[in-house]
Amino acid sequence: MSDRLRTARLVAVGLLAFALFNFPLLGVFDIDTRVAGIPLLWFYLFGAWLLVIGLLTWITRAR
Amino acid sequence: MIDIRLIVVVSVAYLGLLFAIAFFGDRRADHHRSVISNGYIYALSLGVYATSWTYYGSVGRAASTGIGFLPIYLGATIMAAGWWMVLRKIIRICKQNRITSLADFVSSRYGKSALLGGLVTVVAVVGIVPYIALQLKAISNSFSILRGDPALATSIAGPSAPDPPLLTDTALYVALVLAAFTIVFGTRNLDATERHEGMVAAVAFESVVKLVAFLAVGFYVTYVMFAGFGDLVGRGGGDPDISKLFTFGTSQSYGSWLWLIVLSMLAILLLPRQWQVAVVENVDERHIKTAIWVFPLYLLLINIFVLPITVAGLLRFGSDGVSADAFVLALPLADSQPALALMVFIGGLSAATGMVIVETIALSTMVSNSLVLPVLLRRGDALAEDNLGPRILRIRRVTIVVLLLLGYLYFRVAGDALELVSIGLISFAAVAQFAPAVLGGLYWRRATRRGVTWGLSAGFVVWAYTLPLPSLAHAGLLPSSFVDNGPFGIELLAPYALFGLDGLDSVSHSMLWSWLVNIGLFVALSLTGRRDPAEHVQASMFTDSSGRVDRGTEARLWRGTATVGQLEVLLARFLGADGARSALAAHAARTGADVSPDAAAGADLVWHVETLLAGAVGSASARFVVASVVDEEPLAVDEVLQILDETSEVLAYSRALERKSQQLQQATTELREANERLQELDRLKDEFVSTVSHELRTPLTSIRAFSEILADNPDLDVSERGEYLQIIVSETERLTRLINQILDLSKLESGGAEWEIEPVDLGQIVESSIQATAQIFRDRKVELALAIPDPAPTVTADRDRLVQVVINLLSNAVKFCPPETGLVQVTVTANGSGSPDAADDMARVAVRDNGPGVAIEDQVIIFEKFRQGGDTRTNRPAGTGLGLPISREIIDHLGGKLWVQSTPGQGAVFTFTIPLAVVGSHVTAEGGAS
Repeated sequence: MSDRLRTARLVAVGLLAFALFNFPLLGVFDIDTRVAGIPLLWFYLFGAWLLVIGLLTWITRAR
Repeated sequence: MIDIRLIVVVSVAYLGLLFAIAFFGDRRADHHRSVISNGYIYALSLGVYATSWTYYGSVGRAASTGIGFLPIYLGATIMAAGWWMVLRKIIRICKQNRITSLADFVSSRYGKSALLGGLVTVVAVVGIVPYIALQLKAISNSFSILRGDPALATSIAGPSAPDPPLLTDTALYVALVLAAFTIVFGTRNLDATERHEGMVAAVAFESVVKLVAFLAVGFYVTYVMFAGFGDLVGRGGGDPDISKLFTFGTSQSYGSWLWLIVLSMLAILLLPRQWQVAVVENVDERHIKTAIWVFPLYLLLINIFVLPITVAGLLRFGSDGVSADAFVLALPLADSQPALALMVFIGGLSAATGMVIVETIALSTMVSNSLVLPVLLRRGDALAEDNLGPRILRIRRVTIVVLLLLGYLYFRVAGDALELVSIGLISFAAVAQFAPAVLGGLYWRRATRRGVTWGLSAGFVVWAYTLPLPSLAHAGLLPSSFVDNGPFGIELLAPYALFGLDGLDSVSHSMLWSWLVNIGLFVALSLTGRRDPAEHVQASMFTDSSGRVDRGTEARLWRGTATVGQLEVLLARFLGADGARSALAAHAARTGADVSPDAAAGADLVWHVETLLAGAVGSASARFVVASVVDEEPLAVDEVLQILDETSEVLAYSRALERKSQQLQQATTELREANERLQELDRLKDEFVSTVSHELRTPLTSIRAFSEILADNPDLDVSERGEYLQIIVSETERLTRLINQILDLSKLESGGAEWEIEPVDLGQIVESSIQATAQIFRDRKVELALAIPDPAPTVTADRDRLVQVVINLLSNAVKFCPPETGLVQVTVTANGSGSPDAADDMARVAVRDNGPGVAIEDQVIIFEKFRQGGDTRTNRPAGTGLGLPISREIIDHLGGKLWVQSTPGQGAVFTFTIPLAVVGSHVTAEGGAS
C-alpha cells in the first residue's frame, strides 16, 4: 500500500471514530436496556472502540 | 491489615526491579543492542498515559458519572489514528533538528525564540505539578489503606486524614526515591539525542505490571466475588443509584463529553511525558505503525473491568463512606485477599511512578534547556567555563528534585481538596494551550512568533484564572466568596462563570474562554504581523509536507566566518573535549571537509555544530552560543525570501515536470495501441480487397472467355451457343449477387443500413423463408422438417433482414445435404432451454442438416469473410463466402447470437437467438407474411 493511501485511510478511520464516539450517534444507544447482560451504551462504546482498533490493525498491517 | 514491613519490603523490591531493568536497558544501549527497538515496547511505553488517575480514578469517576470516564481514552484512540500523519512528521522534524522537548519544538518553530521556549516551560511546569502531586497522593493514600490505617481506610483521594508528620509521610519518601531513580536514569550523561533507553524499558515494564494487576483484580471481582458481568449488572439494576450509571444520565452534558474527547486527543500528543516517550525516545518511526493499534488496545483492556468493579464496590460498600477512588484496592481487602490487594497496590505504584519519572525527565530537559540555560548564557559568565556539560546535568538534577518537592508541597497544601480526575483534567486543559502553537506551527506557514507568544500567554492566564485558582479556593487558601461572587464582588469576573457565562462545567467553561483568546490572538496577530528571516526559514522547514528538511537551503542561509578551531572549543564546552573531537571527525569523514583547527568552517559544519548543541542545550541557546563565536552577516528579509522562493520554485517545477512526463507516457501508450489497431485494420482491408478482386475475377474470366468464343466463332451451332450464353448469364448473376452482398456487408459494417425494428412473428419469418427456398429443396430432393410452437414467439427484429438470415441458413443446409437422403430440421423455441448461454428472454431458431458437418477448426473461420470450410482450393463449395458473415452481422445488430455446433460426419446445427418482444406487444396487421 502506498504511504499516501495508508495515511488517508488512517485519517478516515480517525474521522469515523470521532463520529462513532460522539453525540448525536451516542444518543441513539443511550437507552436503559441490556445486551448480553451489559448495558447497551457500554456495549456500544466498547464495541465501536474494538471496531476502530480492528480497522487500525488492518490498515497498519496491510502490505 | 497488611503488615507495614511487608508492604515496604515488596515496594522496595519492586522499585529495585525497576532499577535493574533500567540498568540492563542502558547497558544494552551502550553496546548498541537496544532492548526497546520494537514497536510493541514503544506502544507499551506510550502506556505511561494511564496513570493512577486511570488506575484508581476511572472507577471513582464511573461511580459518579457512569460512562463519563471513557472519553479520556476514546479521544486518545482517535488521535492514534492520526499519528501516522502528525506524530511521524513531528518525529522527523525533531530528529533532524535534535529537538529534545516540546518547549524546544515551539521555540525552534518560531525562529529559535528563547522567550517562547521559556514561556512554554513555565506553562508546562505550572500545569503539570498538580498532576505529579496527584500521583504522590495516590501512592501515599493507597499505602495507608493497605496497611489499614483507620483514619484513612475509606479514601484514596477524598478529603481525608490530617497530614501525618513530615518524617513519617510515605509520599515524601516516595518522592525522594523517584527523584533518585529519575536522576540516575534520566541524567546519566549529556547526550545530543537525549534518549534514555533504560528508563523507557522500565516504563514499558511498568505498563505491563499495571495492566496485569488491574485485569487480575477485575477478573477476581467479576468472576470470583460475583458471577460475571451479567450478574453484577443484574444486581445493580435493582438500585436506582447504580442503574443510573448504565445510561448517559444527567450528571454530565454532551458538551462536556465533546470537550473531554478533544482534550484527550491533544493530551496524548502534548503532555510532556507523552512527547518524551512518543517523540524523543522514539527509535524508529516505523514503530508508530504498531503503536497505532496496540496502544488503543491497551487502553481498552485496562478499562474493560471498570464497570464491574464500580458496580461491585457500590453493592459491597453502599453508603459505608468508602470513596469510589479506593474501590480497586478496597474490594480485595474487604474480601480478605491480602496478596491480591498487594498486587493491586504494586500496579498502582507502577502507574504513578511511571508517570512521575517520565514527566520529570521531560520537564527537567525543558527547564534546563529552555529556561535556565538561556539566562545563564546571556549573563555571559557561563560561556567562560571550559566544560559546561556537568553543570547542565547538575541543573537538571536539581530541577528533578525541585519538581518532585513542588509536587509534594502541592499535595500537602491543596491535594485533599480535589478528586483525582479533576486534577488530571486541569493539567489536560493546560497542555491544550499548546495546540495552536504546535499543530498550527506544523501546518500553517504564516503562524508567527508574536501570535504564539501572545496567544499562549493569554490562554495560560485565562486557564489559570478559571481552573487552578478556584481550586485553591476549595482548598481553603482563598475565600470561597472569590469563586461564588467574583473578586471584590464583581460577578462578571467570577472564575467559574466568566462574563456571566454559566451552565457549563468548569473544564468546558475554561477551555471555551482560554481557547477563544489563545486561538484568537494566535490567528489575528499571525495574519497582521510580519516575520523576520529566522522565522521564515523555520516556518518553511516545519511546514514542509514531508517533514524532511532541506539541509542545502539551511546552509545557504548562513553567511559568516569562523574557524574550525573556534567551533571545536565551543563544542568541547558542552560535550567535553573527546565528544567534540569525535563529532568533528565524524563530520569530516562524512563530508570530506577540512577540519584542521585553522581551516575556515563551511556553512554546513556550522549548521552541524549548532544542531549538535541544540540537542544538549536547546535550539535557542545553541543559536545564541554559535552566534557568539561566529562573525555573522545578518541576512536581509528579501534575501531569505529569494532563497526560499528559489527552492520552492525548483521544487514546483520538478513536480510539474514529473506530472507532465507521466501524462506524456500515458498518451504515448494510448497512441501506440491506437496505431496497432489501425495497422491491423489496414491489413484486414488489404486482405479484403485482394479477396474481393479475386472473387470478382473468377466469374469475369469465364464471362470473358465464353464471350470471346462466341465472338470468334460466329458459326457455332445454336445449341452450343445457347449453352455458352447460359453460362455467361449465370456467371453474370453470380457477379451481381456477389457485388450486392459486398455492398450489403459494407453497409452493415459501416452502420449505414436502415433497420425497421418492430415486433414480428417468428413463425411467419421462418415460413416465408421456407417458401423462398422451396425450389432448391425440390431440386435437390431434400426433405424439410419443421417444428414451430403455437403460438409462435414474437421477437423484435427487422423482418426482411431476419428472413435474409433464415434463407441463408436454409440454403447453406440444403447445399451441404446429400441429395435424395438429405434432411433439414428447423426448430423454433420460445426460450433458451438447453443452452446455458441463451437467456430466458430470447427466442431461438436452430437449423440442423445431415451433411458432412463442419470441422472443429473451421467452426470459427466460416463466420469470417470469404472463408469457407474445407480445403478451398480443391473442393470449393458454391456460394460467395459472405452469407454467414452477413448473417452474423445482422443477428449481432438485433441483439442475438449466431453460432454452430457440429460433429464432423454427423451434420451441423446452426442456431441463432433473437430477443423476444416485450410481453403484451402484439404482432401488428402489417406484420403478416410477405
